[in-house]
Amino acid sequence: MPKFILDGKEIEFNQGETIIQAAKRYGTDIPHFCWHPSLSVSGNCRICLVEVEKMPKLVIACSTLAADGMVVHTTSPKTLAARNAVMEFLLINHPLDCPICDEAGECKLQDYAYLHGVGESRFNEEKVHKDKRVPLSPYIMFDAERCISCSLCIRFCDEIAKDPELTFVDRGDRVTIVTYPGEEMDNPYSLNTTDICPVGALTNRDFRFRARVWDMSSTKSVCVGRARGCNTEVWVRNNEVLRLTPRYNEDVNSYWMCDHGRINTFKFINAKDRVNGPYIRKEGTLGRVSWQEAVNRAASELRSFNKNEIAFIGSAYATCEDNYLFSRFASSVIGSVNIDFMRREDPSFADDILRRSDITPNSLGAELVGVIPGKHGLNIEGIFNGINEGKIKALYIIEDDIVEVRPELENLLTKLDLLIVHATNMNKTAALADVVFPAATYAEKNGTFINFRGRVQRIRPAVETEDLERTIDGMSVSRLDKFGTMYDSWAKKNRHDARSTWKIISLISLAISGELKYNLIEDVFDDIAKSVKEFKELDYDMIGEFGAKLNIDIKETAV
Amino acid sequence: MAVKKRKKDLTFLEKIYIPEIVKGLSLTLKSMLKPKFTLKYPEEKFIPPASYRGRPVLVQEENGQERCVACGLCSRVCPSLAIEVLASETEAEKERYPVKFEINMIRCIFCGLCEEVCPEEAIVMSKDYEMAFTNREEAIYGKDKLLVPVSQLQDRIEFLRQYK
Repeated sequence: MPKFILDGKEIEFNQGETIIQAAKRYGTDIPHFCWHPSLSVSGNCRICLVEVEKMPKLVIACSTLAADGMVVHTTSPKTLAARNAVMEFLLINHPLDCPICDEAGECKLQDYAYLHGVGESRFNEEKVHKDKRVPLSPYIMFDAERCISCSLCIRFCDEIAKDPELTFVDRGDRVTIVTYPGEEMDNPYSLNTTDICPVGALTNRDFRFRARVWDMSSTKSVCVGRARGCNTEVWVRNNEVLRLTPRYNEDVNSYWMCDHGRINTFKFINAKDRVNGPYIRKEGTLGRVSWQEAVNRAASELRSFNKNEIAFIGSAYATCEDNYLFSRFASSVIGSVNIDFMRREDPSFADDILRRSDITPNSLGAELVGVIPGKHGLNIEGIFNGINEGKIKALYIIEDDIVEVRPELENLLTKLDLLIVHATNMNKTAALADVVFPAATYAEKNGTFINFRGRVQRIRPAVETEDLERTIDGMSVSRLDKFGTMYDSWAKKNRHDARSTWKIISLISLAISGELKYNLIEDVFDDIAKSVKEFKELDYDMIGEFGAKLNIDIKETAV
Repeated sequence: MAVKKRKKDLTFLEKIYIPEIVKGLSLTLKSMLKPKFTLKYPEEKFIPPASYRGRPVLVQEENGQERCVACGLCSRVCPSLAIEVLASETEAEKERYPVKFEINMIRCIFCGLCEEVCPEEAIVMSKDYEMAFTNREEAIYGKDKLLVPVSQLQDRIEFLRQYK
């Protein structure tokens, strides 16, 4: 392998790699604004200038190919002087109002100004004024004054979203970014530009000014929007999810996620209609009761039916652990073979970038852990027919609002003698139920999802419930969480009385027959690993941050 | 145990105490004639100098708006986490304003770091030292109690410009 010397250290590189790429692999971060690992090289910001011996001038590390025997200095006086000069140029027209800017705290320009700036401006003239607060789309706000013209957003739309929408207009210090005439920035990945924008020029209107980044905690999680399972970070302040950002995972989503996942998959967590505590139907209306009472009611009612009269509907929104215990509950505690779940497809959503037509995060996982009809068991349509014919008298549904998808089921479900529902939010299915258990959302529990390629990935709790304590349960902690007391309004914590589905099933099962006693999610997963061959020899440590491939062959079907 | 003998015995004058009493009394009498330092608080109030750090307040501009842009630096620097700022967007030129600004006066230690870090000269230490509460809720000052017209804070602002 060819080698070159970086700051006195000999490093190996692959032929065709640029200096910045090779340095990055070895943990040396050469400052950059306009360079991004998965976008084309533009080379316009000039901050990555490095000194290469025997070259007449400094060269930009992002577009200079590494060559055998090259000697590169990234911290030599000449390099630092050039970096300072570039910073000085950039700051001539960049407004110095970090206190107002929403990027503060995660702004590259701010970081580099702190690291490489001289701290003083020699420029006394009036700064150039441009348009502020230009809405580029319903999701994105553009501030032309803050833009440093790195062109990352333009290249992102061209190369990743494959929908050219943005362009530079004008020249010199008047250069600015606009959408093409008559167009809006409406590609389904547009919000990724707010992540890659090195300054506060492009901001997410949904999150803008909601919180400072240093006041939030972030938790590694997985998007539940679609079957891709994009890796995400969940950002929480005062126990409320404020935004989701994509997390780099080359095998799943690279650096990106779609706008649907980012905007639409967390607001229900703190919505007003969350089911808070268990409910049972008394004299026709649902009323809140204690956990003990609800569990006893569910257990005694389930016992009063013949096992063939009971059907179970799992969920592609629930985790593998939830579905696994659900199927064990159906098969070994009740003895019913009538178990299935509802599949969701939306072909209009799919594209060949990230978005999939399967609009649930865990349909493959539900199938694998046993939420499929047993021998001579009824599938989902069979269950509905059975209810219609009066053969199925009791139905147990977890974490799925089937009435919302198929409104005609509303009349059908009223024919049941018993309907037990686990729901995160009070929905149309839960409204018909006799017993409603409050289910924890994906941001309030541990568990695993299997994406469409058979990759098992973990979700972790980011929001506290009555069942979870931030520090005791090892959740990520922000400064405010760490020092807040019950008397501080910024640590008041709106906590819901909800539990993971597997915990609720375990409680009911214990009340019926004393089986399925689990205290830890790891024990549930260990049992999955023992009994499901695709999960063989896996555990939470092996899944880690980036997931692990299941022992399974998936045919890459067309989207 | 051996009795330790005094190195030098008191003189006769010292033994009779009278000159010492006279000395002491003369100091007392002198002080009586000097101007008084004590105030009949609370009837008379102490008016502190500009360098005094009373409770932190928010500067209210002449147009009635707060000067604060809700950057959150005071909240970040506060060693006792007394300040909570929630920002929101405004149509005004400054873009950002605090929709909620609360100082928990039980937590506040009057260190003045919030004032020192403020990039907008929007939070300053006032001369107000009279704070008494009977419960925790009362001690949380919102924008209604924190906003003070800029005209009343002139001498502190001038002090800061000179010494900060």
